[in-house]
Amino acid sequence: MSDIKKFMYVNRTAPYGTIYAWESLEVVLIGAAFEQDVSVAFVDDGVYQLLKGQDTSELGIKNFSPTYAALGDYDVNKLYVEKESLEARGLTIDDLMALKYEDEDDDWAEKDSIHVVPAAELADILEQQEVVFSF
Amino acid sequence: MGIDVGGKVLETDEEGYLANLNDWEPAVAEAMAKEDGTELGEFHWEVINFLREYYEEYQIAPAVRVLTKAIGKKLGKDKGNSKYLYELFPYGPGKQACKYAGLPKPTGCV
Repeated sequence: MSDIKKFMYVNRTAPYGTIYAWESLEVVLIGAAFEQDVSVAFVDDGVYQLLKGQDTSELGIKNFSPTYAALGDYDVNKLYVEKESLEARGLTIDDLMALKYEDEDDDWAEKDSIHVVPAAELADILEQQEVVFSF
Repeated sequence: MGIDVGGKVLETDEEGYLANLNDWEPAVAEAMAKEDGTELGEFHWEVINFLREYYEEYQIAPAVRVLTKAIGKKLGKDKGNSKYLYELFPYGPGKQACKYAGLPKPTGCV
């Protein structure tokens, strides 16, 4: 495809309680069909979306966290988690799901999709985007 | 709307997708195929079972592009292409196979 744009989806809300997280994930999956250069950022309470061991049984809401593991299949493999947001919530990367993708250009080697980056670096990455969706 | 499966009418949406995932059994797929004037063979079932496993793991019905790639990986390259899948499911491997598998319409399918 000729004009590939840099798309970033920015997630700031906790996974349940509002519809933003699920809506964002759906838009990412639908948008993936257009084969753009997609990345996803998780800041503030948005980092909770990637927590492992989510259990929604008492909420009566579908636990959609397994769907994040499908992002690699959709060639969405740049997931940036803001370091400060994680730390402010007493979390580390070990509390997050180990999301992987297979690198087509590297003999299908399995690689990590999640990158923990400081706010300053995330700001630089945001600066490079052509389209930003905020959820 | 609904679909008659062995005398039991199961609820479906306006496009014929099963309303309740848990209503699914192999006979549902057979009944849907019959309505479409087709019969399911071994190769249809490979895809239907694959879709059910995919949904079980990821909680979504995969997009056609993702399905095609994943089928190729699991069942062999000769099956991981849209020609093969469209021959099995002429109404579209995403839509038709997901419907028979009792899944919702794939995300992003119109």
